[in-house]
Amino acid sequence: MAKKNRTPLFDRIFKPEHIVLDNGHTVDRPKSRTPLILVAFLIIVFISMQTTNFNLPRLISRIGQFPVILGQIFTPNLHYFDKVIPLLIETMKMSIVGTVVGCIIGLPLAILASSNINKNKPTLLICRFILSILRSIPTLIYATVFALIFNLGAFAGTAAIAIFTLSIVAKMLYEAIETIDMGPFEAMQSFGATTLQSFWTACMPQILPQYFDNCLYCFEMNVRASSILGYVGAGGLGILIRERTGYRQYHDLGTILLTLFVVVWAIDQLNNWIRSKLS
Amino acid sequence: MSEFVNNNILEKLRAEPKNLWKRLLVTAIVIAVVIWGSTSITYNGVTDKGATIAINIIKGILNPETATLFNLGPNGVPYLVLETMAIAVLGTVIGALLAVPVSFLASTNIVPKPVAMVFRALIMLIRTIPSLVWALVWVRVTGPGPFCGVVTQSVCSIGMISKMYITAIENLDTGVLESLDALGCNTFEKIRCGVIPQLMASFVSTAIYRFDINLKDATTLGIVGAGGIGFPLQEALGSGKWKRVGSFLLVLIIVVLVFEWISNQIRNRLARGRS
Repeated sequence: MAKKNRTPLFDRIFKPEHIVLDNGHTVDRPKSRTPLILVAFLIIVFISMQTTNFNLPRLISRIGQFPVILGQIFTPNLHYFDKVIPLLIETMKMSIVGTVVGCIIGLPLAILASSNINKNKPTLLICRFILSILRSIPTLIYATVFALIFNLGAFAGTAAIAIFTLSIVAKMLYEAIETIDMGPFEAMQSFGATTLQSFWTACMPQILPQYFDNCLYCFEMNVRASSILGYVGAGGLGILIRERTGYRQYHDLGTILLTLFVVVWAIDQLNNWIRSKLS
Repeated sequence: MSEFVNNNILEKLRAEPKNLWKRLLVTAIVIAVVIWGSTSITYNGVTDKGATIAINIIKGILNPETATLFNLGPNGVPYLVLETMAIAVLGTVIGALLAVPVSFLASTNIVPKPVAMVFRALIMLIRTIPSLVWALVWVRVTGPGPFCGVVTQSVCSIGMISKMYITAIENLDTGVLESLDALGCNTFEKIRCGVIPQLMASFVSTAIYRFDINLKDATTLGIVGAGGIGFPLQEALGSGKWKRVGSFLLVLIIVVLVFEWISNQIRNRLARGRS
């Protein structure tokens, strides 16, 4: 409580303005923090511009290149379509298997990482720590590492997707588990059921819709993410993206992106349909 | 057994809809899709050096190369992290500013529906193309280097940020605007007192959230030559300098986790107000 009553440092440096109202009461009006935040923000932006060699004139003088490339992308080479399909299917397979494996492993981890089910503090913290570390590494870096450990190809990509999915699903799920109604769980425990039994009967029905929703969300994300994993040798469309941009064949890149766009859109619609069925 | 159970409960249980067949069918479809999916993903075993590589990377993270970690030159970790963060900051700021007009033009309560649809298609297009591909395109325009990363992230961020902005704009409370109208405010005053206070918190919150994503993204854009820590990391991985890989990964994990925590704190404060 004592902590709450302390005046913040800011208000001690910049004294609040005293206003005497007509009826004799006084009100303290704290000075606005906006100028300070704005100055700090501008300094950060300035440092960033120096570090990244921000160069608007160069961008403006060469922006003409961009419509040329974009124009080539928007006139896709439809003959290239035959080569895209097999790798598109590989990408789909990678994301399906990666998502399913990740979601299945993510479920027990989420249970271990939710503070209302797992009362054992050390395992809870270890579990959450591992999940945060797994979540902080980008998929592309997983794919690079797995392509070195396993051979180049779809397996490395699938493993990368599975690891990333499990970290995300587990996080979203343990946040959901912590908000559920614990009444049924306690009732089961008072019957003498074990933690696992009572979780399965009392909590699973509550989190299942959320869980499926999270899995679908991850699947959507993974289809997009897996399309570039091939760039580092982990199988799928990325191989073609790397090859075609290397040769500056932007018409072919357009074909790849067009197919990707259609597939992502179709999956989006399918997921919306499944979601409407679920709820 | 049943005589011990309350009859009411039994009746409730019988009244539950029986959808066993439906469930079996769905399960069968899912299993079939997974089996189809796993057909082409063959496990070729670990490469000859695979196991040693895995152990070396973990060893590297636990025992990083201090020479790289504390080298203040352009090849050291501190400068590379600064560069990565700078890319993410500028990418987010420019993206968030560009997203404002786009999202107003894509909100159905501001502009007529056909216009909104055009801009929504644009947003969807930006979102579908992976950021790595955007970087590959922009690298031809700006040349390699961190500036390419900034331009790429500025464009990529528009997609997601606009999507969140649109939700905020469409939830605008128009009652406030009507009462300001009744007070005789002009358009500028209405925007200043009626629109900005309603949108500011969610706009800033979205931008900070996107900064988190951009920071992670900026670490991989280097692979295609867009600056940041990605390229040196890739190089170290390729040449088998596991200790250097370890020091990059360690710093990457720490920076991402620290900024995730900071951004959560700020966003919580924005959502709940100053305590």
